[in-house]
Amino acid sequence: MSRQATTSQTVGPFFSIGMTRMKRDDLVSAGASGERVTISGQVFDGDGKPVSDAILEIWQANTYGKYAHPADQQDKPVEASFSGYGRIPTDDEGKFRFTTIKPGQVPDLEGKLQAPHIVVSVFARGLLRRLVTRIYFPDEPTNAADFVLNLVEPSRRETLIAKMIAGVNGALKWDVILQGSSETVFFDCGL
Amino acid sequence: MAKIAPYRRPNPDTQPPYLHPAYVSTIKRAPAKSLIYLPHTLSEVTGPSFTGAAIDVKACDLTRQHSGNPLGERIIVSGRVMDEEGRPLRHSLIEVWQANAAGRYLHKRDQHNAPLDPNFTGCGHTLTDAEGRYRFVTIRPGAYPWGNHHNAWRPAHIHFSLFGAAFASRLVTQMYFPGDPLLPFDPVFNSTADENARNRLISLFDWENTIPSQALGFKFDIVLSGREATPMET
Ligand SMILES: [Fe+3]
Repeated sequence: MSRQATTSQTVGPFFSIGMTRMKRDDLVSAGASGERVTISGQVFDGDGKPVSDAILEIWQANTYGKYAHPADQQDKPVEASFSGYGRIPTDDEGKFRFTTIKPGQVPDLEGKLQAPHIVVSVFARGLLRRLVTRIYFPDEPTNAADFVLNLVEPSRRETLIAKMIAGVNGALKWDVILQGSSETVFFDCGL
Repeated sequence: MAKIAPYRRPNPDTQPPYLHPAYVSTIKRAPAKSLIYLPHTLSEVTGPSFTGAAIDVKACDLTRQHSGNPLGERIIVSGRVMDEEGRPLRHSLIEVWQANAAGRYLHKRDQHNAPLDPNFTGCGHTLTDAEGRYRFVTIRPGAYPWGNHHNAWRPAHIHFSLFGAAFASRLVTQMYFPGDPLLPFDPVFNSTADENARNRLISLFDWENTIPSQALGFKFDIVLSGREATPMET
């Protein structure tokens, strides 16, 4: 008989003791190619109050749409200067901010290309399991046919798409609303 | 284009729900809308890996991070990280954090009036070896009070963070100690419906890894979601 995956438990309020050692809010080392973007936002609870004890983890492909991982067998360049992993805690006002490269397109289950996206885990006190969501990019023509965005009812898709901050090149805004009428779309990813 | 073998999904009862009102913080933080089932794409079956360069080899001994010895009962926590088929998760990062022996975290928001220990920070990390094994030396954390309900105390626990091989296998959990009388009262521990699944969070006393005159051993094996052998039809 096969085993069952170990039960998840909350990170609690004091996760920074163990997790901030690996804080990574700038994913772009010297030499990484592609379009630099800075994504900032805020995490809110069901009362609209900022969540100051949350931490996001992100994972993404490089500018060519290649993951730095052996399961990605695409014939595209890996860049040693871009791992694609970030870990960003929220501050006392529930705000977070990170700088990265806009990822290229990676295939979906049929081999069709997905729109550029970043996968996100949200951990916080009060979350017994992580929440999984995605960040997509504004003004991206490939969003319309994206397989995952099309799993979401149209009225809720916008919670997954970052917004441009007017007048600031490469600056995007994307909030996480844990609960409520404008709740962020969260995915069932298994664990 | 090769089909993508997804990671296994847990039996729902073996994982906690998002909304568990007995744990009060879930009430305003659990999503109210249904989650959307996400088939695993290349984005979910890949994930970060952490090589030796990011690892401090001394970080697996939490009792030697300062000039003196921390107070409390020295323990050795070890075990294996594997997938559901028992295949080892090799060279995989594990991070831990915990309260000191008095039940106090080295954290500005911890208001418990128990003493801090100048010789104990309470964080560590390590990589599993080629057989998926890990080992930490630490002190047994104390129970601590929290504001969840009247006379609420967390049972002694160590927080564990694991990555495994992919985004889909990421797990954060807590390890508990056998025989802790606080376990039946703890809404975090009891959030999971399946009793066997809950009980697997309780470490076992480990006589074999107990070191004479030095430290008690506790064994805690961890199972992460692993890849299906063959791609599933979608
Ligand atoms: Fe804790």
